[in-house]
Amino acid sequence: MDGGMIATTETLVRFTGVQKTYDGEHLVVKSLDLDIRKGEFLTLLGPSGSGKTTTLMMLAGFEVPTQGDIFIGDRPIKNTPPHKRDIGMVFQNYALFPHLTIEENVAFPLSVRGVAKAEIKERVKAALDMIKLGNLANRRPGQLSGGQQQRVALARALVFNPALVLMDEPLGALDKRLREHMQLEIKRLHETMGLTVVYVTHDQGEALTMSDRIAVFNDGIVQQIDRPDALYERPVNSFVANFIGENNVLSGVVENIEQGWARVALDAGGSVVAQAVNIGGAGNRTSLSLRPERVAIETGDSGDSAMNRLPATLTDLIYLGDHTLAVLNTPANPEFMVKLPAGSYAGLVPGQDVYIAFRPEDCRALDPV
Amino acid sequence: MTAAFVAGADVPLKRRLKRAERARQFRALGLVLPLLAFLLFTFVVPLAGMIWKSASDWEVPQVMPQTVAALEHWNGQGLPDEAAFAALAADIRAARDAGNLAVAAKRLNYVVNGFRTTLLSTGRKLKEQPAPGTAKETLIGIAPAWGERESWTAIKSASGPITSYYLLAAVDLTRNADGAIVAAPPDQAIYRDVFLRTFEIGFGVTALCLILGFPVAYLLANLPTGRSNLLMIFVLLPFWTSLLVRTCAWIVILQSEGIVNGSLEWLGVIDEPLRLIYNRFGVYMAMTHVLLPFMILPLYSVMRGVSPAYMRAAASLGAPPVTAFLRIYLPQTIPGIGAGCLLVFILAIGYYITPALVGGAADQMISYFIAFYTTETVNWGLASALGAVLLLSTVVLAVLYGKLALGRQTTGGLKN
Repeated sequence: MDGGMIATTETLVRFTGVQKTYDGEHLVVKSLDLDIRKGEFLTLLGPSGSGKTTTLMMLAGFEVPTQGDIFIGDRPIKNTPPHKRDIGMVFQNYALFPHLTIEENVAFPLSVRGVAKAEIKERVKAALDMIKLGNLANRRPGQLSGGQQQRVALARALVFNPALVLMDEPLGALDKRLREHMQLEIKRLHETMGLTVVYVTHDQGEALTMSDRIAVFNDGIVQQIDRPDALYERPVNSFVANFIGENNVLSGVVENIEQGWARVALDAGGSVVAQAVNIGGAGNRTSLSLRPERVAIETGDSGDSAMNRLPATLTDLIYLGDHTLAVLNTPANPEFMVKLPAGSYAGLVPGQDVYIAFRPEDCRALDPV
Repeated sequence: MTAAFVAGADVPLKRRLKRAERARQFRALGLVLPLLAFLLFTFVVPLAGMIWKSASDWEVPQVMPQTVAALEHWNGQGLPDEAAFAALAADIRAARDAGNLAVAAKRLNYVVNGFRTTLLSTGRKLKEQPAPGTAKETLIGIAPAWGERESWTAIKSASGPITSYYLLAAVDLTRNADGAIVAAPPDQAIYRDVFLRTFEIGFGVTALCLILGFPVAYLLANLPTGRSNLLMIFVLLPFWTSLLVRTCAWIVILQSEGIVNGSLEWLGVIDEPLRLIYNRFGVYMAMTHVLLPFMILPLYSVMRGVSPAYMRAAASLGAPPVTAFLRIYLPQTIPGIGAGCLLVFILAIGYYITPALVGGAADQMISYFIAFYTTETVNWGLASALGAVLLLSTVVLAVLYGKLALGRQTTGGLKN
């Protein structure tokens, strides 16, 4: 997950105050300020309609920003047509040219740039060897499997050494195993070739696996842009907390805030201490965010006063191999999830009355859902 | 291996599959049967009839059976023997009484100009009772033409049952008195020119349709649904109007007092009306208009399948718009271009009513002559022969296209 050794702080792409509307009424991208660093793997993650693909298309040059500017280096590219932007792109359904062979497909970006025939041959061969498809050079795309087509699309987008590589949900059409395999392969290419990659996906697992940084989009706005671990551990708002990973929500009202710690009175009774992250002052409503693996189940009172404790009833235990998922009914949340490490649920039976316990630093008070 | 344990394994698998599929095949056959029957009666039978007529020679054998029999062993050198003359005299008398002498006269007149007069006047003058002397003397006495070898080779060449006369005539060839194939006399040699003209107009109209239709099809395939539906209505509009009405509309628009000339004169662009109709220009104009949808629709259906992602991909890979179009878009529309061109060309070379109405004498296509021979002179043989030549050239084109299309597919498939 740490491609940071390649990523520098030098900015390659900069979005400043970019807005985009298609119909003149609704902004698909509301206000985008985004820096993409040279050599980093940045993922634009969000639900469909959140503006992530539009952002990518504006960068590729297929959509024009309604407002604002995009720079590559110091050069504004608003008036640069797509074919002059020097951006390699991998499309959702690969868009391999069906009438050309694999070799001709990969040679296309070189031949339109007027590269000499001998050099094209050499570089295409190197690119095909890189994706281990040299033996299929004379096939047509239609004769290849989805995974093979995906790799050809990658080779085609990389063969001309573009400054920037864009990928628009490139793995969406593959089955799970192949998708995981390709994630690692793309990651490997990114690291060995020192590419700058902007990757669009709605699959958070994919984003967490591959990215140096993730920009979480919702409703035309970047909600948070951060390293994967930071996004997961320290979401800044409820949307990010709910979108990335599993999340338990407890609703309540802020009673007071002291030095970054908030005491929250839960709607269902009882009160807990949480990190004050994204709440106004006392009296505001808040949603507490709790990761399922940061919560413990206690059968009796352990007496640790630093912990928040809430009574709950165990309703279900779901065995999932590497961990066991406990579903609990608490007054504040009837489907509270706790992940128990393998082998640590001995003695628990559904129907049992227990306590859930969690540290204040693992409980983040965010904007109300 | 497991097949041995399956019930009914003694019957080969293929046979069992066939048996299982049979009911479905019968049902499918039942569904297409009405159409097959319809096509058989409206297409296959008339077509076969046409081809048969272009080669069959029935008039002379029917009207002059005895003469045909008598000439069977004539070697074509010198004049035939007395028996042949007697048979001819008998045939002419019988035909005169039966009233069908003109049928044979018309057929023989194709071969030798003036034969009609010879035969009919012989029919009139031939007495009921043979005059003293030989039939040969009598006939030559009535018409000196019977003393010429050419008249007799004409009869022999037309004695059927199969003749190459019409098919040869359709490509400006004929047989001389010795039976050798030679060029037709210049005053009859017009069909090659007409065929060339037909193909020229066909190619011209196809090219015009392609140039005009390609951008429209592109627009249709790439506009948002609402607007493309509206455009599609405009494309299909001509289909909802009778061909005759559309052609006449062109006459109204293009004639010397028509809208175009009127406007140009009023604007002061021209002093005298331009000649826009009853010439090749009018033919191209009207035919292109009529045939345009046949180009647009196949192009459209192929272009619909070409995802806009390809053009985007080409642009992102560094291809300027023109390069992307020529190297990525155009090659993918070739099946549509092929289908559209073939359709328009085949329809164009068979066109009759439009060139007949808006063309001049030098713009008439082969169908005009086919119509002329069927309705005006009732020369079914020549009409059928011209039709057969037209059919043959169409079939050659269609096969060629099929070969090309298939060739592309197979190289696309199994190059490795």
